[in-house]
Amino acid sequence: MKTTTDTPVLETKDITKTFPGTLANSKVSIRLEQGEVLALLGENGAGKTTLMNIIYGLYDQDSGEIFLNGEPYNIRNPHDAIAAGIGMVHQHFMLVPVFTVLENIMLGAEVMKGPFLNKTQARQEILELSNRYGLEVDPDAVVEDLPVGIQQRVEILKALFRDVKILILDEPTAVLTPQEIQELFQIMRHLTESGVSIVFITHKLKEVLEIADRIVIMRRGEVVGEANPRQVSEHDLANLMVGREVSLVVDKSEAAPKGVQFEVKDLVVKDPMKGLAVNHVSFAVRAGEVLGIAGVQGNGQTELAEAMTGLRKHEGGTVWISGMETPQANPRALVEHGMAHIPEDRHKHGLILQYPLTDNFVLCTYYKEPYSKHGVRNKKAILTTAEELIKRFDVRTPSAFISAGDLSGGNQQKVIVARELSRDVSVVIANQPTRGLDVGSIEYIHKTLIRLRDEGAAVLVISSELDEIMSLSDRIAVMYRGEIVDVVDAKQTTREELGLLMAGSKS
Amino acid sequence: MTVGVMNNGKIRRRPAWASPLIFGVIVIAVAVFSFMKNPSVTEAVMSAMIRFAVPLMLGALCGIYCERAGIVNIGIEGQMLLSAFTAYMTNVWTGNLILALLAGALTGALLGYFLAVISIKLKLNQIIGGTVINILAIGITGFFYQVGMTTKGKFGPIRLGPLAKIPLVGPVLFNNPPITYIAFLMVIISHIIFFHTRWGLRTRAVGEHPRAADTLGIDVFKTRYLNTIIGGALAGLAGAFLTLEGVGTFERNMTNGRGFIALAVMIFGKWNPIGSALAALLFGLANALQTQLQFMGINIPHQFIGMIPYALTIVVVSGFIGRSRPPAAEGTPYEKE
Repeated sequence: MKTTTDTPVLETKDITKTFPGTLANSKVSIRLEQGEVLALLGENGAGKTTLMNIIYGLYDQDSGEIFLNGEPYNIRNPHDAIAAGIGMVHQHFMLVPVFTVLENIMLGAEVMKGPFLNKTQARQEILELSNRYGLEVDPDAVVEDLPVGIQQRVEILKALFRDVKILILDEPTAVLTPQEIQELFQIMRHLTESGVSIVFITHKLKEVLEIADRIVIMRRGEVVGEANPRQVSEHDLANLMVGREVSLVVDKSEAAPKGVQFEVKDLVVKDPMKGLAVNHVSFAVRAGEVLGIAGVQGNGQTELAEAMTGLRKHEGGTVWISGMETPQANPRALVEHGMAHIPEDRHKHGLILQYPLTDNFVLCTYYKEPYSKHGVRNKKAILTTAEELIKRFDVRTPSAFISAGDLSGGNQQKVIVARELSRDVSVVIANQPTRGLDVGSIEYIHKTLIRLRDEGAAVLVISSELDEIMSLSDRIAVMYRGEIVDVVDAKQTTREELGLLMAGSKS
Repeated sequence: MTVGVMNNGKIRRRPAWASPLIFGVIVIAVAVFSFMKNPSVTEAVMSAMIRFAVPLMLGALCGIYCERAGIVNIGIEGQMLLSAFTAYMTNVWTGNLILALLAGALTGALLGYFLAVISIKLKLNQIIGGTVINILAIGITGFFYQVGMTTKGKFGPIRLGPLAKIPLVGPVLFNNPPITYIAFLMVIISHIIFFHTRWGLRTRAVGEHPRAADTLGIDVFKTRYLNTIIGGALAGLAGAFLTLEGVGTFERNMTNGRGFIALAVMIFGKWNPIGSALAALLFGLANALQTQLQFMGINIPHQFIGMIPYALTIVVVSGFIGRSRPPAAEGTPYEKE
């Protein structure tokens, strides 16, 4: 064993963890030095979160050891982790929505005065912390009323309140606008200056290069490399992450748009909790162009997509395909008008997980010939189509009869793409088409969408990934609080401009 | 004020006890008015209100403890009935009222433990768990109850010194048997527990977002077990009230839907002890009024008058009082990853 003068604050040695059917971590060894930002980079399913959950005591490892300041430390549950000065901000926030900021922060580490909670003192301590680290927040606000960015501050404060030495941030930027991301990075620098060590989990290359002091790359449960952010490029990191040469830019020719093929006029969707989820939205997509809808998650994109695709009733406005008005809340009519829909939630709206792939491939067309004749299904025709689509769209599956639920996320998405885009379509609505997919699948789906554009379809892409929007779109509409703030030309705009629009300010 | 309070995203919210309080103020105004016109009837109606309200109050508290921790308890009715029975039988056998009271509370607590095992350990459907308790209680009490047993008596009222001399308020509030005082005391204690102690904060967290509580090192299972058991003991007290204080004897199915009305009371009070106590008093008043109206021989068939408390339940539950939001995680078993 090598002896170094400064021992790492946290070290894992040969951590292995299996879940039924998958090897989530295989002999993972990482080191975290005092006061550094260590980025843990990898695709979804690479085992980053599993490793952190083991360190935080939420999972038990099958084998391997954890060392804190060089001493072996047995973490059986979050309680042990907190006691050891480890804090974690989870990807899905662990905040009680109806509690105040104060209650959330002190939960589990209550400040007491005899048998009672001492909220006055706790408030004082929270305000001191928030001043010291520049995390401005109102201790008496109810968490569910706060924007996500502030909720994240509450999460960080929660960790600081427990006097963390090691802070784990799991995909902290997924829900933030570019400006909020900058604020988060400032906070992170502030924290490392005061001696906190940070593990930053992400799959976004730009962010890693910007904030990390050191990068560890994971793939399929293993550490595949370590990099210095000053010596590598995005391209190198992507190749390491995926394990083969990938292209980060979408190859596309200049768009040749024709007439308007899809139009939304003055659409209004009400939400019982939030008021107007979609607030008088109008836009048009021409044949042969891609319109991207950018925006931070939860600004009405889901409701807009559901209303356009007939999954939800809307309170006002009309949807037009090729100059024809479509009926409300009638998905089949829309399908027959030539609409293809890649839904945001592939498990809820995209597939019937219990059904075999064969049936999933004909969900929109099962009642038509040749799949059905006089109400009786023609299994042979269905199978022929299924096998053809599996081959054409490169779905990795042992057979066409396997349940959709047994495929990986990427392959499930390919099944949906195959079903929707193999039909004769004039309008494509793709909502978060690549969420949770590996770089390889993303490349494929992007190519397919561009191919459809070139064949003359009107393509609408809704995504909260700015990179995806920027590389696919010909024009970009930005949504904020249910409204389209602006529509900009994709070639002329910048990340900064889009970021400002996503935060609601019109430039 | 030494610290400046920022104002980002702060929204004023109506407190949970607001709507019952409005009703409460109206009730007091009406009571004072009618007291001036007819003191003895008003006093009788008010005392009857308290008598009807106590088991509802305790039943609703049971519901609050369980549901705030995330366990739906529709077995309050059964917990009350079986506890009423064991309290009664203990009174018959030993003649010791304190022992009988404890037997009632213990029965409720045991049934609470039973519900907890069903819903936390076995992760079965909690509605079915509660229904099992209800059916079990009817079956057991019906099978073992024999007509003709006698007891040596029931709890008598305890006068609280000079307080009992205040007109109207004195006889109604400060001249009651012990379980009534316990009930009022428990309302206040529970309120303090839920909103001013560590246990309460953690319980509410477990009922709203158990995973968040878990990541902060809070034992979700233990919290749920203990609250369901405490709640059960309170339902047991409600049952003991019926046989040891209210009626003095046991009858088949004597709870007569009170356990379910208690749930309506809990919802009306928005899962808040004080709010629910006020709501219980309102239901108690409805009940007292219907009895009084029947005495007065108004020309309405008594079945209709008898309906008042139940009709009120339906109105309240069907959302007349506005949106009342249950704890987010109630009814769903927690599973560690």
